[in-house]
Amino acid sequence: MPETPPTSLIHARGLTKRFGGFVAVDAIDFDVARGESFGFLGPNGAGKTSTMRMIGCVSPISDGTLRVMGMNPATHGPQIRANLGVVPQQDTLDLELTVRENLAIYGRYFGLSRAEVGRRADELLEFAQLTERANDQVEPLSGGMKRRLTIARSLINEPTVLLLDEPTTGLDPQARHLLWDRLYRLKQRGVTLVLTTHYMDEAEQLCDRLVVMDKARIVAEGSPRELIERYSTREVTELRFAPGIAETLDGQLEGIAERVEHLPDRILLYAEDGEAAAVEVHQRGLKPETVLVRRSSLEDVFLRLTGRSLID
Amino acid sequence: MTSLAHPASTIGRVFEHRFLQYRRTFRSSIFSSFLSPVLFLTAMGLGLGAYVSDSSAVGGVSYLVFLAPGLLAATAMQTGSSEASFPIMGGLVWNKIFHAMYATPISPRDIALGNLAWIAARLTLIATTFTIVIVLFGAAESPLIVLAIPAAILTGMAFAGPMAAFAATQKTPNRFASIFRFGITPLFLFSGTFFPISSLPAALQAFAWLTPLFHGVALTRGLSLGTITDDPFAAAIHVIYLTTLATVGAWLTIRNFQRRLVRG
Repeated sequence: MPETPPTSLIHARGLTKRFGGFVAVDAIDFDVARGESFGFLGPNGAGKTSTMRMIGCVSPISDGTLRVMGMNPATHGPQIRANLGVVPQQDTLDLELTVRENLAIYGRYFGLSRAEVGRRADELLEFAQLTERANDQVEPLSGGMKRRLTIARSLINEPTVLLLDEPTTGLDPQARHLLWDRLYRLKQRGVTLVLTTHYMDEAEQLCDRLVVMDKARIVAEGSPRELIERYSTREVTELRFAPGIAETLDGQLEGIAERVEHLPDRILLYAEDGEAAAVEVHQRGLKPETVLVRRSSLEDVFLRLTGRSLID
Repeated sequence: MTSLAHPASTIGRVFEHRFLQYRRTFRSSIFSSFLSPVLFLTAMGLGLGAYVSDSSAVGGVSYLVFLAPGLLAATAMQTGSSEASFPIMGGLVWNKIFHAMYATPISPRDIALGNLAWIAARLTLIATTFTIVIVLFGAAESPLIVLAIPAAILTGMAFAGPMAAFAATQKTPNRFASIFRFGITPLFLFSGTFFPISSLPAALQAFAWLTPLFHGVALTRGLSLGTITDDPFAAAIHVIYLTTLATVGAWLTIRNFQRRLVRG
């Protein structure tokens, strides 16, 4: 059965998705290894969700090769789905049922016995910190709680691979951190995570390796650290000038940093030593309103690769 | 690896979900499925029926006896079409639970069939309750009334199948209101439930003959009055007509679930 190396749980070559004349995913290649935490980073419309749906065997591929756990989604969709956990972009919970009923009925979809489903539901409620809400209806729960329930639900079949499509989009910072903590624990347990995100901090927190997608293609691949080293500098100095000033700075920032990026609201100086760059700015007599020295992030990588911000 | 189960059991899991949802309103639903025929048969069968003096027009029986099986079929039509409209579209669009099901080993086909099986179960409950009420009212002329239960279920499914197929293509409930207003309600009034279609003008009679509710009413009434054996050929036509609608509807429902879920 395994046509791919046993370590490669997901294997894609020339993977393509077309909707009529529109190419949503354009011949991408990637491999996800067992136990790895793999991310698709990119702006909305980059093709991340289409890729996830093909991996999830709910959207047939248009071209190329895709193997999930060594199986072909076209012929073994149900077998693959039996071993996947899916956290879709939008929650698909039954709002009329209770928290516990949602977990239990989902377990039944996988053919688990009622006793087994009950046992796992209790564990997962604990894991998702929802035990106290077990018998409450889902409808009034907060966004963060619903998300945690969706993640708990996706684990009911003890999946080999967990697919998370924008797991924390729309959540407040506290809810996001709680969710990241739960996902980190799963990763520690050896669950293979595949996630899409347009948050660089999320990708940096959770991904061992990621691909950057833009306009249906993969434009870079590596660990967050590798990508930052390859496409950015160690530090970034962000300058904000009073309105109208930034446009008059032509050439005055030359040579201070390896690269200077003009954004609508600020100027980014890519330098190994951000503090030194900031000092140099002041020595040249420039008076930015604010100066922020920070470590380089995946946002900078994305900007470098595409010339655009990740979130517009 | 998790192994896969037989399709019959995956259809059963979809059914189980619908049952879980239903359990919340179980008591009030049972009560109303009992109360509704009692009210209708009292008001229209006994109350209004007292004014129907010409029993020869309704087959030589009391108006109550004439009306009761017709209402049974009409109720099955209403249950079948409403259970196949909002809940089907809602599961695809509102709470997206059918999408959640499809992320598991359950196929779109099984989701469609599980839902239709659930509607058949609801119809069974309602038709049985209704039939018991008819018997309690003394409005059944023949022991064949027992077979009016499957006849009513078939009538309900002849509406549920096509309605579910349509609902699976909809993104909003807007068109359902028109279907009920301009489709279901006229059928309810003019398909022989309240008066024989022979009282209609000839052109309308032909039209009424084409409507599925007419065939459902003809079956349930024939069984309740025991007159069905007079014309087995007509009875066979009624059954074939309704079975065809239910089957084609189910087939289209499966196809539309596949189109909607695989891709969307």
